[in-house]
Amino acid sequence: MKLQFSPEQDAFRLEVRQWLAANVPKQKLPTYDTKEGFELHRQWEQKLFEAGFSMVMWPKEYGGRGCDLIDWLIFEEEYYGAGAPGRVNQNGQLLLGSTLLDFGTPEQKAHFLPRMASSEDMWAQAWSEPNAGSDMANISSKATLDGDHYIINGQKTWSTRAIYADWAFGLFRSQPGSERHHGLSFLLVPLNTDGVTIRPIKALDGEEAFAEIFFDDVKVPITNRIGDDGKGWHVAMATAGFERGLLLRSPARFQQPARRLVQLYRDNKAAADRDPAIAVAVSKCWSDAEAYALSAYNTVGRVNNGEKIGAESSLNKIFWSELDLLISQTAMDILGATGELLGSATLAQEHAYWLDAFLFAQAGPIYAGTNEIQRNIVAERMLGLPKK
Amino acid sequence: MDFTFSEDELLFRETIHRFLATEASPETLRDIWSGDTDASTLLSLIAEQGLSALSVPEEQGGLAMGDVAWSLMTQELGYHAIPDVFANSAYVATGLLTALDDSVSQKAELLERICAGDLGFAIGHSCSPLVADADSADTLLLQHADELHLLGAADVQTVPNPSIDFSRRLAQVSWNANPETCIVSGEAGGKIWNDTFNRGSISVAGQLLGLAQRMLDLSVEYSQQRKQFGKEIGSFQAVKHQLADVAGKIEIAKPVLYRAACSLENHHPLSDMHISQARNFCSDAAALAARAGIQVHGAMGYTWEVDLQMYVKRAWALNNTWGDSIMHRARVQDYVLNSDIDHAPSNTFEAV
Repeated sequence: MKLQFSPEQDAFRLEVRQWLAANVPKQKLPTYDTKEGFELHRQWEQKLFEAGFSMVMWPKEYGGRGCDLIDWLIFEEEYYGAGAPGRVNQNGQLLLGSTLLDFGTPEQKAHFLPRMASSEDMWAQAWSEPNAGSDMANISSKATLDGDHYIINGQKTWSTRAIYADWAFGLFRSQPGSERHHGLSFLLVPLNTDGVTIRPIKALDGEEAFAEIFFDDVKVPITNRIGDDGKGWHVAMATAGFERGLLLRSPARFQQPARRLVQLYRDNKAAADRDPAIAVAVSKCWSDAEAYALSAYNTVGRVNNGEKIGAESSLNKIFWSELDLLISQTAMDILGATGELLGSATLAQEHAYWLDAFLFAQAGPIYAGTNEIQRNIVAERMLGLPKK
Repeated sequence: MDFTFSEDELLFRETIHRFLATEASPETLRDIWSGDTDASTLLSLIAEQGLSALSVPEEQGGLAMGDVAWSLMTQELGYHAIPDVFANSAYVATGLLTALDDSVSQKAELLERICAGDLGFAIGHSCSPLVADADSADTLLLQHADELHLLGAADVQTVPNPSIDFSRRLAQVSWNANPETCIVSGEAGGKIWNDTFNRGSISVAGQLLGLAQRMLDLSVEYSQQRKQFGKEIGSFQAVKHQLADVAGKIEIAKPVLYRAACSLENHHPLSDMHISQARNFCSDAAALAARAGIQVHGAMGYTWEVDLQMYVKRAWALNNTWGDSIMHRARVQDYVLNSDIDHAPSNTFEAV
């Protein structure tokens, strides 16, 4: 055990820090859940890509930098520490990207990954359906094989930023009469294809953050399938594992708000200390965020030693989503009577940051598999409790 | 940056686990708890395996094992509820004695005795009015302000104070501090006591985490066997989710414990805070494991009949041993809130 960075790692950190200091927009970009904000975030992604900082842990040939996971953690610390923009294409880059690296054909990787790294293609997920939420194996959208194409019919929902995206990826029932997790295929669908209709859904903050996607005889070439026909569940589960685990929510994503929360407390100490529970909560938020960072370094070390991470990723997801709630709730408590203010309000200072954080934190225990499902996974796969 | 244990360290833990599973079974513990036997037979078996020599320096014939490897060992001691005197002698007192200047005449002899299997050490620190194993110890290391005093059994009077953990032997100790018994004082004494407190604290942290794992394992086993409404109670989500939460508390506590051990071993400037942070996470895991364990065991959980009760009570007792939980929480809170440190994400491993 050696908890010190190597000179090379320190040098990489410095390089990232200097580049971010020179390039992170001084003015916060508008939310990527609006058309304007989405495009500005796409431009930021292109800038990151040109500097080689878009997907640092991908191989160079696919637009990455060939870094290991420790370097990725370092990058994330610098990225969030600098207050850089949110990653608008993360569902593609982190979830589908990882899946393509593991399951894609050489042609698929060569075609899709660099365009994803540069955000030339923006991706939305198409997992959930009206009757397949937590019960994802209940998927009924069909993909009927017809020569060298699939014909897709059905409906997907909760598809994040789909009204702005270029592509969607998801599971479709390709084997007629199949049930549950059998007979599904993992398909990539261009959203500008005939027969695709996208209807936005306003999220809690009023922005059109996600959408329903309707498929009406949509033709997709079989070369857009990842993995074998009917084996999509296996591929998707690997993707869900990445999502729950480390990649989507690196520790720095919580350490930065915890740092801001400590500052918020210090700036409002007299008011906050009227209730000693606030100081306790602030301390716990910081300590939990650091614990998540320690856990990440430990996990990465074990992965580097060849260990497989299983149901543990479900514990990660529960932990960071509950931490996010505690951080933003505590901030709202400290802001008190002005906590409800929108960023446009006269008295608002950093209120928009905390209100956005508070609203989005409400989604954490739900997306990427509800925390109830995660607890079932832990109980059944990690502890060995009976399924029924 | 390598946040992992070596294969040797993991193999060592595995070996200790198998040995203690055989020699410190719940039946053996029950005999100690009920007073049918004292812990000396078990401790002799442990000493015969050479485990008393683990952290004794090589000069005195020991293995000089560091705090990082001990963080695996203390989890095993907790998992098997090994009575206090082993960790306090072979780890905490050994660390204290090792830190003494070579000019202290008793240093080498005491370390050699521990190496040879003498586990009769008791440590009295100002964090508690009670000293574990004071009435059976042959050597007492006692704090008086910044001074460290070395006394024999004949030099002290003890009054036993029974604990809810029946394997614990707590006592009040009366003694007179005089220049003849004082072996270190002043700044050097203060440093030794601070390090000793930290080592005692992290020893308890590891034991609490091991206890949490034991309570979880017992609860999982029980909920796989006990049936109600025609099926195992472990199949009900209300039970599953309680135990999943215990697993979550245990998993997140591990890296916090290991970082604290690494800081202690390497004299990191933030060792005090890191150790208290580890204590907080390990305490939380043990407290939830105890509460959920009792709940999952139903009415049986409220009896002396199930083995769970020994581990639960030991967890409750250790929670306030080597610093109470309030002190450890306060130490972290003071660092987080009252320093002028900028808690940037890049500072996790920095000595800020």
